[in-house]
Amino acid sequence: MSRPSMCEALRGVVRRDLLLAMRRRSDVAMSVFFFVIVASLFPLGVGPEPAVLRMIAPGVLWVAALLACLLSLGRVFTADYLDGVLEQMLLIPQPLAVLVVGKVFAHWVISGLPVVLLSPLLGLQFGLGGDSLGVLTLSLLLGTPTLSVIGAIGAALTLGVRGGGLLVALLVLPLFIPVLIFGAGAVTSSLAGIGSEANLSLLGASFLLSLTFAPWATAVALRIALE
Amino acid sequence: MLQTVALSCSRGERHLFSDVSLTVMPGTLLAVMGENGSGKTSLLRMLSSLLSPNGGAILWEGKDIRQLKELYCAQLTYIGHLNGIKEDLTPIENLKVAACLAGDESSGAIVQKALEAVGLRQSAHRLPTRVLSQGQKRRVALARLWLSTRPLWLLDEPFTSLDAAATRYLTQRLQSHLSNGGMVVVATHQEVALPTDSVQHLRLTG
Repeated sequence: MSRPSMCEALRGVVRRDLLLAMRRRSDVAMSVFFFVIVASLFPLGVGPEPAVLRMIAPGVLWVAALLACLLSLGRVFTADYLDGVLEQMLLIPQPLAVLVVGKVFAHWVISGLPVVLLSPLLGLQFGLGGDSLGVLTLSLLLGTPTLSVIGAIGAALTLGVRGGGLLVALLVLPLFIPVLIFGAGAVTSSLAGIGSEANLSLLGASFLLSLTFAPWATAVALRIALE
Repeated sequence: MLQTVALSCSRGERHLFSDVSLTVMPGTLLAVMGENGSGKTSLLRMLSSLLSPNGGAILWEGKDIRQLKELYCAQLTYIGHLNGIKEDLTPIENLKVAACLAGDESSGAIVQKALEAVGLRQSAHRLPTRVLSQGQKRRVALARLWLSTRPLWLLDEPFTSLDAAATRYLTQRLQSHLSNGGMVVVATHQEVALPTDSVQHLRLTG
């Protein structure tokens, strides 16, 4: 009997999740629209003063991205848990953490990547200049995968729990704080004309750190949820 | 060979069974019977390593499955009460993904043949599984058995919602698996129509 390579299983999981997302485009669109609408409400509420908007832009855009990610976290494992696919996934003769990485990657492509791609457009609404727009996009590109990786732990821990959606927020939002500080900090420092490299490096470092540990924690949480 | 030694199980406060010792030799089918709530599903989930036993051990070829981990998973095909199929995907896509992840052959032709073997009409192969009937969904889930080359099959109530024809196909498939030296553990309420010398019974009394 042939044992599939780890990469093949990883590819299989990613392909399935992306195919499913294609079949349910409305779910995908929901978190993206949420991001766009929340970020667009602020200029309307605060008023069109360019200096004020530029000042709040990094924080607002980052918080909006973070909430959009949170909104879609519930979907990472719930459907698979309910239809028994997760059970089958646990029995695949590959390390579960590898499959978790596949699911998280698919989640990021579906909910994180659109946010990254749309962020320059929304940045323009806040009057961000060319350099800052670049830093904003780059910081989101480095930061949103971290949100997905860490968020997956929360999603796995609250699997099958009543009112899980709210609990995920309570569990995961505090863990998102460092990412928010470094991400918004990078944009702020670029606005102030100071280099943003330090913040971006820290974002990169937190991504690598979370990618090393979070999938194992998620795998353990999934096994517990299915006992 | 699959063996359990003094296996016991309790879920929360509820005590389900204790001291279950069984041996499944190659070429035999073990039918686990018992009332609703007597722990048939829990026993199967333990045997599949999804649930860890509260006491006792499960041995595969003499080694504890907790040590074997992924090596043990590579020996079994488990079909639970939940079909484990995605409602938004077609039966073909579902089987392809499942076979690819399990490491079985997943080419279009083989998958198509498996679906035909389980008696799923050609017209249903390319519809989203969501629109199929319960029995058809069950057939899609069971079609994995036609792709599986694993020696141990763990089936939880495989005959539910199947009609007479599908029950016959499945029984034939089990028969051919057994005659190839395979092992089957099945939780069921009905007698499996197989030669009696290859069938053992375990009755959980709760």
